[in-house]
Amino acid sequence: MRITQGTFSFLPDLTDDQIRNQVQYCIDNGWAVNLEFTDDPHPRNTYWEMWGIPMFDIKDAAAIMFELAECRKTYSGRMYIRLTAFDSSHGWESVKLSFIVDRPKVEPGFMIERQERGGRNIAYTTRSYAMNKPEGERY
Amino acid sequence: MPIEAVTGALGAKTASEAGASETGAAPSTVNLRQEFAETGLAEVLDQLERELVGLAPVKGRIREIAALLLVDRVRRRMGLTVETPTLHMSFTGNPGTGKTTVALRMANILHRLGYVRKGHLVSVTRDDLVGQYIGHTAPKTKEILKKAMGGVLFIDEAYYLYRQENERDYGQESIEILLQVMENQREDLVVILAGYSDRMDHFFRSNPGFRSRIAHHIDFPDYSDPELLRIAELMLEKQNYRLSPAGQDALTHYIAARKTQPLFANARSIRNALDRARLRQAIRIFDADGVVGVEALSTIEAPDILASRVLKGDPAATA
Repeated sequence: MRITQGTFSFLPDLTDDQIRNQVQYCIDNGWAVNLEFTDDPHPRNTYWEMWGIPMFDIKDAAAIMFELAECRKTYSGRMYIRLTAFDSSHGWESVKLSFIVDRPKVEPGFMIERQERGGRNIAYTTRSYAMNKPEGERY
Repeated sequence: MPIEAVTGALGAKTASEAGASETGAAPSTVNLRQEFAETGLAEVLDQLERELVGLAPVKGRIREIAALLLVDRVRRRMGLTVETPTLHMSFTGNPGTGKTTVALRMANILHRLGYVRKGHLVSVTRDDLVGQYIGHTAPKTKEILKKAMGGVLFIDEAYYLYRQENERDYGQESIEILLQVMENQREDLVVILAGYSDRMDHFFRSNPGFRSRIAHHIDFPDYSDPELLRIAELMLEKQNYRLSPAGQDALTHYIAARKTQPLFANARSIRNALDRARLRQAIRIFDADGVVGVEALSTIEAPDILASRVLKGDPAATA
């Protein structure tokens, strides 16, 4: 099951040129673009690990693409990699754009667990099949 | 006008090339002059000619590079193959010959020609590239390289990167990363190394990889006496000062005398001399008390320059 998270998630995966253009758009807006990766695809997992240090003061998308290539060299096919664009201006101070740029080759998807509770209530839990394995061995 | 001459020559060259390229919808002829005007390059080259005194070999090389990039631009439009040229440069020359100033202009020129996408200049020295402990250098160098992407990376006093006396120096690591990026990401950034001639020669001898990856070795010649005088006048003009005729003679003597002394740093020495002359001019006006006009406030007189330590005991100074 293909994971859909962030902007453009219902489109086919972006090509490198498309990613470059998006990154340049973010930089031109004054946002800091950073790379993050994780192997926990749960939608509520907001804490992805950062690749390298935050990338401020960058003028050209080539620098981000360089880091993306480095990150892919290490994690491509084993982790989800996403780009986030952080707007540091006063009043925003939050991520303005975020999209997945690389994903594991096989995505097993999620199972749904129903918990029967008192009064015929049912509580639902989603759980990725990948999560059955320990961190770092999931994909 | 030398720029005109260059474009004239270019016009002839592309006209002959144009005949060979009748491919598809690509235009068969291109007006190179119009192209030249569109890039706004004339303005930059004019400014270079106006504001930089002397430096004939440097200006010549810049025009060559500009011409090549302009021709490449046209060739691309006509559907001819264009290989990205290597534009990494090394500026060598004595202190105060204008290496940093030209590097700044270079970023602007390359941007106008569309060779670099952003045209900013990141100026660094050894401290910005080399770390202090193991594992510190690589991220530091990469950080700087990333900042410079899309523009020009200017490494001042580049010979400090390599310290021969210490084989465990982290500079070597930085050099390796630089070389790798210079080779693989030629279209993303231009690296300009600068330094004094003798030390740079030594640096290149110890790092042959660097020498071969740099296409343009530009040597900045020392300025002649009249050029230094012209530079002094330009500097003063920028600060709304001028030399009186006697002051001009005094400065001519000063330049000749200063050149024979050690640690002469071309334009930088002149700038320092002018700064001191301004101090003396200020105290002269201050001591003379009374009403002063614009004329007096903006004129550097002979005594302001002749009082210099450099001219003490020089017979010409009393003339």
